[in-house]
Amino acid sequence: MNETRSVKIKVRGLSKVFGKHPKRALELRDQGLKRPEILEKTGQTLGLSNISFDVYEGELLVIMGLSGSGKSTLIRCLNRLIETTEGDIVIDGENIPSLGEKALLACRRRHFSMVFQNFALFPHRTVVQNTEFGLEVRGVEKAKRRETALTALKQVGLAGWEDAYPRQLSGGMQQRVGLARALANDASVLLMDEAFSALDPLIRKDMQQELLQLQHKMQKTTVFITHDLDEALNIGDRIVLLKDGEVVQIGTPEEILTQPANDYVRRFIEGVDKARILTAESAMRPVRSTARASDGPRTALHRMRDHALDSIYVLDRDQRLLGLLEAESASQAITEGAEHITDYLTQDFRQVGPEEPLHNLFAMFSEKSFPIAVVDDQKRLVGVVVKGAVLDELARAGDE
Amino acid sequence: MDIMRIPLGHWIESGLQWLTSEYSGVTRQIASFTQANIDHLNDALLWLPEWALMALMALACWRLSGVRLAIGAMAGLALIWNLGLWTPMVETLTLVVIATLVAVVIALPVGIAAALSERLYRLVMPVLDFMQTMPAFVYLIPAIPFFGIGAVSAIFATVIFSMPPAIRFTILGIRQVPGDLIEAADAYGATRTQKLVKVQLPLSLPTVMAGINQTIMLALSMVVIAAMIGAEGLGSEVWRAIQRLRPGDGFEAGIAVVILAMLLDRLTQSLRKSR
Repeated sequence: MNETRSVKIKVRGLSKVFGKHPKRALELRDQGLKRPEILEKTGQTLGLSNISFDVYEGELLVIMGLSGSGKSTLIRCLNRLIETTEGDIVIDGENIPSLGEKALLACRRRHFSMVFQNFALFPHRTVVQNTEFGLEVRGVEKAKRRETALTALKQVGLAGWEDAYPRQLSGGMQQRVGLARALANDASVLLMDEAFSALDPLIRKDMQQELLQLQHKMQKTTVFITHDLDEALNIGDRIVLLKDGEVVQIGTPEEILTQPANDYVRRFIEGVDKARILTAESAMRPVRSTARASDGPRTALHRMRDHALDSIYVLDRDQRLLGLLEAESASQAITEGAEHITDYLTQDFRQVGPEEPLHNLFAMFSEKSFPIAVVDDQKRLVGVVVKGAVLDELARAGDE
Repeated sequence: MDIMRIPLGHWIESGLQWLTSEYSGVTRQIASFTQANIDHLNDALLWLPEWALMALMALACWRLSGVRLAIGAMAGLALIWNLGLWTPMVETLTLVVIATLVAVVIALPVGIAAALSERLYRLVMPVLDFMQTMPAFVYLIPAIPFFGIGAVSAIFATVIFSMPPAIRFTILGIRQVPGDLIEAADAYGATRTQKLVKVQLPLSLPTVMAGINQTIMLALSMVVIAAMIGAEGLGSEVWRAIQRLRPGDGFEAGIAVVILAMLLDRLTQSLRKSR
């Protein structure tokens, strides 16, 4: 990330207690008690505890956690749909928890648009009337807000649907209206509360893609809530990982994957790596041709020529990998009149198991451009991985 | 030792007496104003020839509902006309219309306020229970010292008796607006008034209309009972039939009430659906 980025929202020491005696709960929290004990002793639920993070201008920050982690509470504290118990949320110099009623309304209008999990479209309003809602409450004149709303609808691919009612649209289209309503409002921060969780997987992927494109184009500061780590890794510039109302780790997707802060995060991403099949096996291709240990150099060279290879892997009778024969070595063997190629093999290539993570393979390509051999536990050659395949696999994982 | 009987009835009577002596000036003013309105509406409806009023009703039914209701309305009203109950029917209709108007004008703001304020809600609910379960006749008794014998007392009792559903349904309608829609309105910076006008009221309208429909039905039944304190209309026809022990006359007037009730019910229901 770019270090010179300015901070848009600064959250410091934010806590939220649900219940009538928040002070008591916070005292116990300060004594080191956790959520279940506090609930048992005081009947108060510690929803969020001492949360601090920054949202940078123009970034897409994902707040990620399982249910009960406090993520929905957190996003609602940002625009004060839920009152906070302690802590600061500063946006452009205004501390949201201490605003008066009028100032809060003004702050919401200027700074926040929101997209909801279950769309929250007004059923009695047409698509365009829904889209212009934010502008309408701000008192923007009718012709102007209609124009802005129509532009927003075009942006999300709903031109021509402006006079339909929400119930006439599919789930995916309804959420596009939700998104258009947020975009038309032109507030400085976009809050998305599990915005795609209610959509079916294919539409969800589409929407993620479109959000990324829109975000790329508009550089809109976005806070996105999700319980889905794949989604978080896919769209987040940075991720805030919550557990039981506390921040576990803040970092880029790469940092979360490669430097998990603790066992909780590690267990979390283990599940993902298996699911995401980012291993050597996923990128490997069948070997186009191999040479046998008993082959002469002419036969080996012939095979290379037939399959347009610069080098060829040499196997024994049990398909076990013996080494790699380069074309130059083969022609040297011919001039030297060698009967067998076994003396001319090189071991200067990399071999990995099928479960090897893909990002490890990536580093191996820097040295020489031989394909990486993938061998099973019997040292049998099962496939090869070329640089292009790794790049392609990583790119596709990014798309999904 | 005998336990002293609590003189509840006595307290209520002295309370009412005090109210009457202090405020009878005001209530008489209200009474004459209301009576004037009743007379105007009554005269206007009776000034129209029977066929013209029937045509107007049928037209309203046709526009709001359809041909079937229009034909039904024509047939029903023709029967009432034929039975010689046209004037009592119009008198009853006038009472129902005015009582409903007054009830709705009071019920809507009270319902909205109680829906938005938990405190007021807790205050209003037992009052509504009282108003609805107290036998309807009882309201007639104090109405007389306040407003005198006749139509105004009938309307007073009718308003009290028929108002609760309109209030209840308004509260229900506003409270059942989904929380995420309220959240959405809040998130975009809507004021309380904007939230009410742009989100809560439009979404509660079908429920509110159902409440008004109930109010009309209750008003009709009460207006008939109010014949006991001298309100003219179909009720007094029934009352007369009872006193003279004439079941035929009683049923004729009763059937006219049923026809009017069905007509008003279908009409207001189609008004609700057409929204």
